[in-house]
Amino acid sequence: MNLSEYAASHGLKRVGARPPFFSYLREVWRRRVFAWTLSTYTSEAANARTRLGRWWLILLPTIQAGTYGLIFGLILGSNRPHNFLAFLFTGVFLFSFMSGAFQSGASSIVGNAGLVRSLSFPRILLPISSVIQQFINLWAQLALLLVTLLVTAFDFANLSWQNPIDLDWALFPVVVLLMVLFCSGLAMIAARINAQARDLGKLIPFITRIAFYVSGVFFSLESVLAAWPTVLAIFEFNPFYDFIQLSRGLLVQGYEPSAKLWILCIGWAVITPIVGALYFWKAEEVYGRDD
Amino acid sequence: MTTKKQTAATETRQPVVVVDGVDIVYKVYASGKRANRWNGGSAKQKLREVHAVKNVSFTVYQGETIGIIGTNGSGKSSLLRSVAGLTQPTNGAVYASARPVLLGVGAVLMPSLSGEKNIMLGGLAMGYSKKETAELAPAITEFAGLEDFIDLPMRTYSSGMSARLRFAIAASRNHDILIIDEALSVGDQQFRKRSEARMREMRDTAGTVFLVSHSIKSILDTCSRVIWLEKGVLKMDGDPLEVCQAYNRYTGVTSTED
Repeated sequence: MNLSEYAASHGLKRVGARPPFFSYLREVWRRRVFAWTLSTYTSEAANARTRLGRWWLILLPTIQAGTYGLIFGLILGSNRPHNFLAFLFTGVFLFSFMSGAFQSGASSIVGNAGLVRSLSFPRILLPISSVIQQFINLWAQLALLLVTLLVTAFDFANLSWQNPIDLDWALFPVVVLLMVLFCSGLAMIAARINAQARDLGKLIPFITRIAFYVSGVFFSLESVLAAWPTVLAIFEFNPFYDFIQLSRGLLVQGYEPSAKLWILCIGWAVITPIVGALYFWKAEEVYGRDD
Repeated sequence: MTTKKQTAATETRQPVVVVDGVDIVYKVYASGKRANRWNGGSAKQKLREVHAVKNVSFTVYQGETIGIIGTNGSGKSSLLRSVAGLTQPTNGAVYASARPVLLGVGAVLMPSLSGEKNIMLGGLAMGYSKKETAELAPAITEFAGLEDFIDLPMRTYSSGMSARLRFAIAASRNHDILIIDEALSVGDQQFRKRSEARMREMRDTAGTVFLVSHSIKSILDTCSRVIWLEKGVLKMDGDPLEVCQAYNRYTGVTSTED
């Protein structure tokens, strides 16, 4: 009897063996508090050494929105899309959530080497935790967006205010949920690629930049590409754009959510996390390695 | 004659960990630029294979405390990381009755967080609930002797203090299989006594403990069996006193007093 047969005959199991997919998911669910706690702690620690502390959660998006509002407002001049500030802030905030999830997801395994090397837990909790951390930041941005939407509904010329809140707003939390699901999948995929080939880390700034310019964050894709309907159709197959545009349709006056956008967003939200979880789980045994 | 007795005893004992022909090979990019260019080093990056552990096999039985000794770079930590399932061996496999828990010196959890929060994260990652961890936290803090510093970030701790905290977190519960990687060598005398007592306690409650240490004294004080690794090869495996004496002869240390 060789050693492996001997081990099996005494009921010993191979250490570090990747569990079947569904028991893996069950284990992830059991440790969900770990992911949540890790993200709140990391979020606190990120601002702990600054003087303004937690105020940065709201200060950062304000500065971000102010900068983009000023620059793009001036550059675009009269080409500004309708209801520009509300249009721009929806784009900037949602984009920063999604690209943030991509970036922090990519570094979630590589950047938490201490945790990965010393404790055994389903590694997928790390990209999930990085998305939760982005979600915590998103709350402050959404609060700021609400203020913008209410203020821009004020017509200064006629000194009148038209309530921008309508029934569509009730559907916005659904879009946020879909977006979180999509981002979780994205973070899982990025985490594995970066853990196995650190080269992705070098490319992330460029990928994010390109995504920023092609997702219609500060300009309207429809009017720029109006003359090329085929190109527009290709550009519309971009999850960043889809979530931003659908949210505009629900929140910003003068924009309507199309059925096509709903279908695309639901598709992204279903397919990405399934693909991401499977793809990440496949390499579960590899993440602790040094090389 | 002792070997025959041992074989008879092994058959009745329950194995806890079986290490089956484990090979660990690291592939590392080495910058070939050497300090002395005259000895033929090239300036090009090349892939080097480091064979850290070579075909190591052994079986550990319930209730044993295994000491692992060897000079620096002999593959002790690599081997134990694969026993804990953190590094998959290149060849061979490790089988165990429960998931071994590794406690190592290099394992800083989250340096920017306070000791308290690291206790919480460690507990949650080990599978406790938030409430259970909160209940254990005072005992962990006391065991680590860090009552006055537990609210400070771990980056402000000395290496001894953080090693104590990590040991206390892992030792807060009776693990079936616990691996301690030199965690005790950085603690002070007082803490060393406390942790050795805790390790004996864990051994008595049928837990299996692996201990890597350069302190022959603490190995002799706590272990029931010693494995000596040298350059990745299992050189000797058996009675603590015999193995340690042979090791001391090899390294040129004459007394067993540390």
